[in-house]
Amino acid sequence: MNEPRFSMSGVAKRFGGTQALADVSLAVNAGEVHALIGENGAGKSTLMKVLAGIHAPDAGAMALDGKTYAPNGPAAARQAGVAMIHQELSLAPHLSVEANILLGRELRRFGVVNAAEHRRLARAALARLGQAELPLDVPVGSLPIAQQQLVEIARALVSEARVMVFDEPTSSLTEDDTRRLFEVIRELRASGMAIVYISHFLEEVAAVSDRYTVLRDGRVASNGDLRDTTLDAIVRAMVGRQLEELFPNAKRQPGDVVLEVKGLSGRESPRDVDFDLCAGEVFGLAGLVGAGRSELVRCLYGLEPIRTGRVRLVRHGQLRGAAGDSIARGVGLVSEDRKSEGLAVGLSIADNLTLSKLSPFSRFGWLNLRARERDVAGWMRRLDCKAWGPRQAVEQLSGGNQQKVAIARLLHQQADVLLLDEPTRGIDIGAKAQVYRLLGELASSGKAIIMVSSYLPELLNVCDRIGVMCRGRLREVRSADAWDAESIMHCATGREIAAPENVGGIN
Amino acid sequence: MAPYVELTVGEVNMTDDQRTLGSLGARTAQTLASRAWSFLAPFVGLLVVLSVIQAYHLIWKPDNPFLKTHQLQLIAKQTAIVGVGALGMTVIIVSGGIDLSAGSLIALTSVLLAVLLRREVPACLDDYPRIAAAWQALALDRLPVALAVFFVLLAGAAAGALNGVLITGLRLVPFIVTLGAMLIYRGMAEWLADQKKVMVVGDHVPDWLTTLLDAPTSPWQLVCYGVWIVVLLGILLAAVMRYTVFGRYVFAIGSNEPTARLCGVNVPRMKIAIYALGGVFMALAGIFDFNNLSAQGNPTSGEGLELDMIAAVVIGGGSLSGGRGSILGSIIGALTMTTLRSGCVYAGMSNPVQKLLIGAIIIAAVAIDQGLHRGRKQRHSF
Repeated sequence: MNEPRFSMSGVAKRFGGTQALADVSLAVNAGEVHALIGENGAGKSTLMKVLAGIHAPDAGAMALDGKTYAPNGPAAARQAGVAMIHQELSLAPHLSVEANILLGRELRRFGVVNAAEHRRLARAALARLGQAELPLDVPVGSLPIAQQQLVEIARALVSEARVMVFDEPTSSLTEDDTRRLFEVIRELRASGMAIVYISHFLEEVAAVSDRYTVLRDGRVASNGDLRDTTLDAIVRAMVGRQLEELFPNAKRQPGDVVLEVKGLSGRESPRDVDFDLCAGEVFGLAGLVGAGRSELVRCLYGLEPIRTGRVRLVRHGQLRGAAGDSIARGVGLVSEDRKSEGLAVGLSIADNLTLSKLSPFSRFGWLNLRARERDVAGWMRRLDCKAWGPRQAVEQLSGGNQQKVAIARLLHQQADVLLLDEPTRGIDIGAKAQVYRLLGELASSGKAIIMVSSYLPELLNVCDRIGVMCRGRLREVRSADAWDAESIMHCATGREIAAPENVGGIN
Repeated sequence: MAPYVELTVGEVNMTDDQRTLGSLGARTAQTLASRAWSFLAPFVGLLVVLSVIQAYHLIWKPDNPFLKTHQLQLIAKQTAIVGVGALGMTVIIVSGGIDLSAGSLIALTSVLLAVLLRREVPACLDDYPRIAAAWQALALDRLPVALAVFFVLLAGAAAGALNGVLITGLRLVPFIVTLGAMLIYRGMAEWLADQKKVMVVGDHVPDWLTTLLDAPTSPWQLVCYGVWIVVLLGILLAAVMRYTVFGRYVFAIGSNEPTARLCGVNVPRMKIAIYALGGVFMALAGIFDFNNLSAQGNPTSGEGLELDMIAAVVIGGGSLSGGRGSILGSIIGALTMTTLRSGCVYAGMSNPVQKLLIGAIIIAAVAIDQGLHRGRKQRHSF
């Protein structure tokens, strides 16, 4: 093998103020499974979107089988033989298996779909995946998720893919299905496919991959042959980062318990979660995407149903599981999804900031808009929110300033317990520093804060205690000093404790 | 294929905040201009329509100009029914909903008013002696006029609230629920009216209930009382939308429902209230319709009127995806529609030509408004 199946060299991509990728190079040979590893936000998805033609890179070049490859869109990438198997499957659930496999590649004879040839092609592709028995006529939506995934892979085969990207393919599979998927991947490798495999679960990566690349902050942190390294070294490469001078390091003395959570279970996650939250502390929740961290805070707040267990505020009694009730008792939530839930971006700063509590400005339901603007202007000054005034629409603000509005809402509603779900996601470094400083001040003033974050340095440096979640459970809670990035990663990926869910079994 | 061009060269590495500050002045101007435009656009549209029609008549029929007091009074009067309905429709559309049952509800309430004012047990109850007896027992056949009017408004609110309950309770989209309700309320109107116009005769019906849309009796009245009612209610409702908690919640739900929920707004209860309020305005439109037909309830009136209301809201700057719309804009929108129609009639256009023209103008008006809106948005983003 002299030439890699595909290569990317010096790829860079910038979104607004953030450098998502910088000088990333990656080469994958035919018949190789290449693991792409990194924390959330390290740039894996962006890199693969560049490969799949969804984003054009700002700099750098790509080659496919030695020829320059510069797709001008996803369709062009598919045409060139690059197939993505996404976390969320991209199948049309109402169409049949066969129709899905051939979607977009329909063969026509005199303008009429060539049904016999279709069936032959679909059948052949499924047979290659060891699924010759899968019925072709059932709607894809009625199949279990593992088989849907195979249909998606079959579609890639029919389109004569030369490069396949698996993006977290096992996140919703059972152990058996995962093992079967690995067999399929090994067969694809044997038949000369170049495969990129993205996963958080390092054991899986080790079980199925040949070589690896670790991304961190949009750069290649480490790469090489998996046989020449240890999982510990990979974890170090993922998280080893120079700590910026970002974090206020005022140590606080936590006060009394303000919130008790006992045996809390939601629809799927959280599962049986217990913890106490004290006044004046920042409690961090670490874990992988899908570990149930957001669901936990949303259950506490009342946006997702509680199945069993209870949430009690020491001073204000049990929460009823409704957002309005939680707000009235001094609990506030900043949503992780700023644009589609956190803020009504079409409305003004004043509307967004005060929506959860209009009572200070209202008499018999009528608002004193001037008093409201005065208050809002005060919050904007206090949080250093840059805008021309309270009446500016939120959609015109930068991410950092939008987030300040979302946080200011909690301060305005006088929340004592602040639930912050990824409060620094997608905001620039300067705004992050401001948020950290604000959190420190709030905790010092006696507020209790839960912060969900996927960015380990901020958890380690801002929080007093950190709990790590894995597959819906709160696995371990320690004081922040007793954690480091590696131990959190180990706990979050389910390594330290040999859980039955563990796949692959390489240690 | 050419290699990728290095795009990052020369780009200054600014933080978010610097960027925001740098263009703050320019943005302020842009935002103010955008607000002014949102406010003025419907007026501009109406003026354009009026001047085009006037110009047409001045050029082709100089002896018969369009703009004169009587003509304007007529336009105002013809706008009253759609206008009052459009008030309620605006609230519903701003909240991200729609009400297709509005036209049927107008018929139902006008028939109900006529039935109550006739002061006898409706013919449709002939086969149901028990209900007829209950009707008499509840004194529905001898209600004082004011109470009858109140009942009709209440019925409108109840019908609207029912829409809201079905939308929130069954988690169906408003389009489907109100589409069904459109048939149901129409059916109820026809049943209640025994599929005939319900006439009210007798001197117990006061003038104020039959002459709301009659031509003004004194010069300083300018337009009929119905139009004044629309104007006053419009001012009141505009204030409610802007200055009350209710109004802010309506905008919040329409702009982003998950955000409203996050902020503790009781979204289902709000939606029921919004549709109930809409129903009250439709009942008022029903009362106007009763006036317009000189004290008759017509089970077939109001057909398609909901679409006129929706068009009025949208021409007035409302967005069918919610979060945007204004009371004043909708009234101007309704006025624009009537002016167009009236102008076409005045110019002697045939019915089909009128429809083609008005349809095309609705699409063009909204397209222009949206195009301008989108252009502004792109200039704002960076």
